[in-house]
Amino acid sequence: MAESSSISVGSAAAGATRTSSMKRFAQRRSTTAFLLCLPLILLVAVFVIYPAFYAIYLSMLNKKMTAFVGLGNFAFLLKRHTFQLVIFQSCLFAITAVVMKALLGFILAHLMHNIPSGNQKIWRGLLLVPWVIPLALSTLTWWWMFDPSYSAFNWVLNQFGLANVPWLGVGWIARLCTITVNIWFGTPFFMIMYLAALKSVPEQLYEAASIDGATARQKLVHVTLPMMRNIISITILFSLITTFADFDIVRILTSGGPQDMTHVFATYAFQVGIQSGDIPLGASDSLFMFPILACAAFFVLRGVTQRTKEIAA
Amino acid sequence: MAEVSCRKVVKEYDGGVQAVKGIDLDIADHEFVVLVGPSGCGKSTTLRMIAGLEEITSGEIWIGGDVVNDVPPRDRDIAMVFQNYALYPHMSVFDNMAFGLKLRKFPKEEIKRRVDEAARILDIGMLLERKPRAVSGGQRQRVAMGRAIVRNPKVFLFDEPLSNLDAKLRVQMRTEIKKVHQTVKTTTVYVTHDQIEAMTLADRVVVMNHGIIEQVGSPAEVYHHPTSRFVAGFIGSPAMNFLPCHIEEAGGGGLSVRVNSAIQVAIPAERTARYMPFKGKEMVFGIRPEHLTQRKEEDRPGFEPLDLLVDVVEPMGMETMVHFFVDGAPICARLDPATNAEPEKMLGLTADMNQMHIMEKDTGKVIY
Amino acid sequence: MSTTTLDARASAKRRKTSLHSQRLWALWGSYAALAVFVVIFLVPPFYTVVTSLKSSAEISAQVGSPWMVNHPTLDNFWYLITYPNFQTYYLNSAMITAVTVVVSMTISVMAAFSLSRMGFWGSQTLSTGVFLTYLVPPSLLFIPLFQIVGMMGLINNLWCLALLYPTLAVPFCTWIMIGYFSSIPRELDEAALIDGASYIQILLKIFIPVAMPGIIAATIFAFTVAWGAFLYPLAYLYTSSQMVLTVGIISDLIRGDVFQWGKIMAACLLASLPPIVIYAFLMDYYVAGLTAGATKG
Repeated sequence: MAESSSISVGSAAAGATRTSSMKRFAQRRSTTAFLLCLPLILLVAVFVIYPAFYAIYLSMLNKKMTAFVGLGNFAFLLKRHTFQLVIFQSCLFAITAVVMKALLGFILAHLMHNIPSGNQKIWRGLLLVPWVIPLALSTLTWWWMFDPSYSAFNWVLNQFGLANVPWLGVGWIARLCTITVNIWFGTPFFMIMYLAALKSVPEQLYEAASIDGATARQKLVHVTLPMMRNIISITILFSLITTFADFDIVRILTSGGPQDMTHVFATYAFQVGIQSGDIPLGASDSLFMFPILACAAFFVLRGVTQRTKEIAA
Repeated sequence: MAEVSCRKVVKEYDGGVQAVKGIDLDIADHEFVVLVGPSGCGKSTTLRMIAGLEEITSGEIWIGGDVVNDVPPRDRDIAMVFQNYALYPHMSVFDNMAFGLKLRKFPKEEIKRRVDEAARILDIGMLLERKPRAVSGGQRQRVAMGRAIVRNPKVFLFDEPLSNLDAKLRVQMRTEIKKVHQTVKTTTVYVTHDQIEAMTLADRVVVMNHGIIEQVGSPAEVYHHPTSRFVAGFIGSPAMNFLPCHIEEAGGGGLSVRVNSAIQVAIPAERTARYMPFKGKEMVFGIRPEHLTQRKEEDRPGFEPLDLLVDVVEPMGMETMVHFFVDGAPICARLDPATNAEPEKMLGLTADMNQMHIMEKDTGKVIY
Repeated sequence: MSTTTLDARASAKRRKTSLHSQRLWALWGSYAALAVFVVIFLVPPFYTVVTSLKSSAEISAQVGSPWMVNHPTLDNFWYLITYPNFQTYYLNSAMITAVTVVVSMTISVMAAFSLSRMGFWGSQTLSTGVFLTYLVPPSLLFIPLFQIVGMMGLINNLWCLALLYPTLAVPFCTWIMIGYFSSIPRELDEAALIDGASYIQILLKIFIPVAMPGIIAATIFAFTVAWGAFLYPLAYLYTSSQMVLTVGIISDLIRGDVFQWGKIMAACLLASLPPIVIYAFLMDYYVAGLTAGATKG
């Protein structure tokens, strides 16, 4: 009895030192973990979080950045006709382009899904070309095709006896042109996302639906769409963010013209902030994007979390 | 080579769920111990605590005379074989087996010698250059064992190593594992949910349930002398039959098991003293399917008649399983294939009452 | 009785052939529709090639179809290859892209390993934060960044891009890598732990080789971002010695109203070459990495 108690005392003492060494071990592990993340944290803190708050600060200064004007810049922008056009065009641009990309992408994914998988690779390769070329470079080609005096499109129209179209010279046509380029560039991305989602729908579900007597349309509505719903919404929201914040296309094709009708937030911020040197106004212009982006980001995140749960389940 | 001990080992997860509720277990040198139990019984957690992959909430684990509670896995000198093999997919079979030795900076010739030796024992010499994905499931399992053998550790830990194999391969690998243990004689802790694996492999079986050890004993012990209803029901396939009953006085100072108004079977005289204190109490009567046989003329003493209505007959070749229902409780008998049992007909059985068990209804404790 | 079975058989056969022909129609219809899409999608790249092969004289002459080349010439390409400014842009793009890829991959692989396997206080929040950062477009913060870059004295300095591009690449690369690392079975690192590996050894010897497809996908993403970025260099660089391809081509080959379209198109082609080559060989990895969330597993 005495012996056993002395042993237990000894082991208890040893236990105390061990616990501390154990804690140290666990601490070292989480320290290592933290150190591995540190570069990421620093990067995000210095170049994303700090600029975000700095942007808010900047947006409340006057043009010379000498005085604090509160929400003056925002109020000034909202009253300005050009900026109202910017809001309208940004929304028109993003919504129209995303809807078209989603639709075309969906159709393309289905067409791809119909053909034997052995042939899919080459077709996919061809269809992805628009998405592979850097956007700033391919937009140059579009610009050249829309050229007022040498437009290759106009030549084709002339062959059919139609008159020249002033592609980038008239507001509404120019708006459609910017949207077209965005659709051309973005559709392949939708296609590959949807194709992957289509492939992940188990074949047995379609077979079961066939046996239950479903038509092709019913299969689409009752099997395909519900199974892809989450991916569709994530892709759309995600594309909404990138399209809404697009800069390259508008900047290169029209620089916002004619009569500021094609300006979107990004190009307008560039013109006001960098080119005209009104940094605070440019910053406040950019910040107008934030609520819309935050909204979309919230839903994307929710969709991703749900998706992760589905996969885990 | 070493012994392994668990002293009041507790594992509590965040949120207060206790997976292991204070177990004590001593495993001797060279011993092959199998932890068996249903999923969630704490057997894998126990193994992972021995491996050092899970921290111990309280208690002590000893390996080879040292407390290893806060020794990291790599310094415990153990080797582990996982259910999904956990082979490094980008390394050849040779490199998979050599990885642990390379990390421990063994000389090249020594590594080669050990890997070749293990490959010889496991008969995988021709696979050494291949990648894991290019070898079959059974071979992968051998490679995983090879990775354990080359290290020549104090203890082998197996975590359900055969669960991913098909039935035929499982039987084959079971034999293989036993053979390897007979060759290398390393202390082995083996976790499985399959009681047949436990019975065939183990020197001693540890039956676990709900985070505690129900019984420790040789395969024969846990089979013939289960200490609880859980062990009695878990070990053996098909499982032991259980019927609620009362112990009644029968003629001549003897006792009998009263199941319902129609069914009553006499208890052998030598057990009368054992069960006398429980007379009139609600108990559970347990008997294994193989101890229910078709009634013949020359039945010996202790074989008591029992007539039941046949529900389903399942011929299996070497034997025929016949299922009955008694007051809603399923009963199974393992009969000679020559049986004339037919569904919806009465069948005369005898129960080998020398092999039956009586347990307390509330605690499940088997009365000895 | 026999006639009915015969009838049934005949109708079954008819159904079978009609089913067969239906499928065939669907197949060829799909091919035809895909072909139309491919033609439409490839019009701009085709026109780029056509124009790049024309001399300035042929372009301005406007004789015949602009979609055809009458006197193909490689002069535009030759001009660009021997043009020092263009060489500078190409070299600058290559340097910045290489640095961005290396920096981004180092940061994101380390972080992804830590976030998917080791974990520390707040690591869950950090994962979410990383994903949110990915959703921040460059055009949201380029104005405050202009000020910050200015304070650092890096305006019109090529290397400011090497600081800024990782912010665009790292979040998504980390996200891809977290996905790939998480798909590695936990037993693999446990086996390695028991084999005696440290966490750093597990990362270098097990995780990186096993997650190679993910590494390739993330690398391509970082490359794409760095090679094609337009807004930052346009806003922060203005002398040709510091410029990269995307902005250099525009500022250099468009002088006032003079558009040297043949040269611009040739430059576009040359500048698109690296991405096209990379995609041609590694497209499968990239698509798999992007769509990992869309498919199970």
